[in-house]
Amino acid sequence: MSGSGNRRLARPRSAATLGAAGDPLWVKWVICLASLAFLGVFLLVPLVAVFTEALRKGVGVYFESFRDRDALAAIRLTLLVAGIAVPLNVVFGLAASWAIAKFEFRGKSLLITLIDLPFAVSPVISGLIYVLLFGLQGWLGPWLAAHGVQIIFAVPGIVLATVFVTFPFVARELIPLMQEQGTEEEEAALVLGAGGWQTFRRVTLPNVKWALLYGVILCNARAMGEFGAVSVVSGHLRGRTNTMPLHVEILYNEYNFVAAFAVASLLAVLALVTLVWKTLVEWQTQRQRQEPAFVPAIEEHGS
Amino acid sequence: MRTSGVFRRSRSVIPGFGLTLGYTMLYLSLIVLIPLSALFLKTAAAPWEHVWETVASPRVLAAFRLSLGASLVAALVNAVFGLAVAWMLVRYAFPGKRIVDAVVDLPFALPTAVSGIALTTIYSPTGWIGRWLDPLGIKAAFSPLGVTMALTFIGLPFVVRTLQPALEDLEPEVEEAAASLGAGRGQTFRFVILPTILPALLTGFALSFARGLGEYGSVVFIAGNMPMKTEIVPLLILVKLEQYDYTGATAIGAVMLILSFFLLLAINVVQWWSSRRYRGEG
Repeated sequence: MSGSGNRRLARPRSAATLGAAGDPLWVKWVICLASLAFLGVFLLVPLVAVFTEALRKGVGVYFESFRDRDALAAIRLTLLVAGIAVPLNVVFGLAASWAIAKFEFRGKSLLITLIDLPFAVSPVISGLIYVLLFGLQGWLGPWLAAHGVQIIFAVPGIVLATVFVTFPFVARELIPLMQEQGTEEEEAALVLGAGGWQTFRRVTLPNVKWALLYGVILCNARAMGEFGAVSVVSGHLRGRTNTMPLHVEILYNEYNFVAAFAVASLLAVLALVTLVWKTLVEWQTQRQRQEPAFVPAIEEHGS
Repeated sequence: MRTSGVFRRSRSVIPGFGLTLGYTMLYLSLIVLIPLSALFLKTAAAPWEHVWETVASPRVLAAFRLSLGASLVAALVNAVFGLAVAWMLVRYAFPGKRIVDAVVDLPFALPTAVSGIALTTIYSPTGWIGRWLDPLGIKAAFSPLGVTMALTFIGLPFVVRTLQPALEDLEPEVEEAAASLGAGRGQTFRFVILPTILPALLTGFALSFARGLGEYGSVVFIAGNMPMKTEIVPLLILVKLEQYDYTGATAIGAVMLILSFFLLLAINVVQWWSSRRYRGEG
């Protein structure tokens, strides 16, 4: 590919003075300044704006926003939805990564692609598909209505849409790591007489705990922050089917900017905690990789 | 000892294949596959004229033009600046690098509604950035420019995060060789580095573009949602639903879904092509 450059041997030029990664100083400065300016304008300014707008009328008004009944209901619903969606996707992620990483079978790469599918789908469509299934004009809608079950414009629909959009997070963190780790340690444990469940708990789980934690963090952040999908299925019933992001929208559209940004600031704090946590987890996994002598603590606990 | 089971394709002592794969398939079907296929079946079952009428109506076409155009521009901007950011993070050492690296993920982590109202506030004529653009006659909020800004915000991490591993994998020896053979830094970049990272750059570009097409929360506030002018496609789905036009919403959704599947396919082809190329060369 680089054949065209190979011919120019004539001019001897010492590579040492240039250095391997040796961009000229002015190039370094241009790249750094352009990158930092871009990140500053596009990422940092919006983040700072959230907190500035929230505190615009002082700390008192800021905290007053959370005394509102509807705001509290929204916070409670968001916690409930994440509390259901995240564990469901953790169980799925563990099952899927076990099947995919520890066994060979046909159609594996197709399965991995299908697991990633929800990421490729617009959030609005993620909500729409459940309306088509469970809505009053949907396939199961009339039957559900006859039996007094409401899914769309109610909490179950919000949970379903959230499960859909957060579906791949845990699985996609675990699958590559577990594939990389192979099956030797599990086989050793099984040959030594450990049961399947014991092997999973004492060998596999400790090996993947940081990746699992990372997946859970990302999954949770998205579950609490999802807007588009939930917006389609929620029906926006104030105090009943409003999650925090939906409540932010309502307040904003009512020109109640301070309250909107106050609730938004809670979500922004969640995002920041997620980022810090993510950085810590990455740091941990890097350290773990640098210490090759890792022996899972089977003996310590006895069996 | 557990019975290790006889698995057709796996002669493994590890248990749980049937259970975990079975659960995976069941859960995947219930949550993802059946609901998604409902969208296509519903479109197929709808009267064809109505589907066509919806998709080919001027309002929907205008929305597609805006969504495709703004996503494309945003993905291009992200490809350029994303490469610069990734280059800086991989190649240079500077204080606070870890923080800058973490900040790149902000658009992933920040709920889209929050980014949406924040961006709108900043770019509105009285906002921090909007007030400087306003005297220049540039209307950022409630215009296609605002849509593009929001999509740039949301798409940046895709480019940076796909480029970073590719840049880290570059072997310094190759660049040293190029330099010792007399290539200038610019030549080395164009003929040695760029071809190697091109698949990752294309993948990041496509991911950013795909995300832009489907994005709702961060765009819907800044767009202003004027019919024919600043309506994005995902918003139209909601508009149709609110009008109880389920067939219309489904038709638009199906077109969008097909678009994103094509992009997904393109990304997979790029990755297959690059992995084959490396296997061939190495």
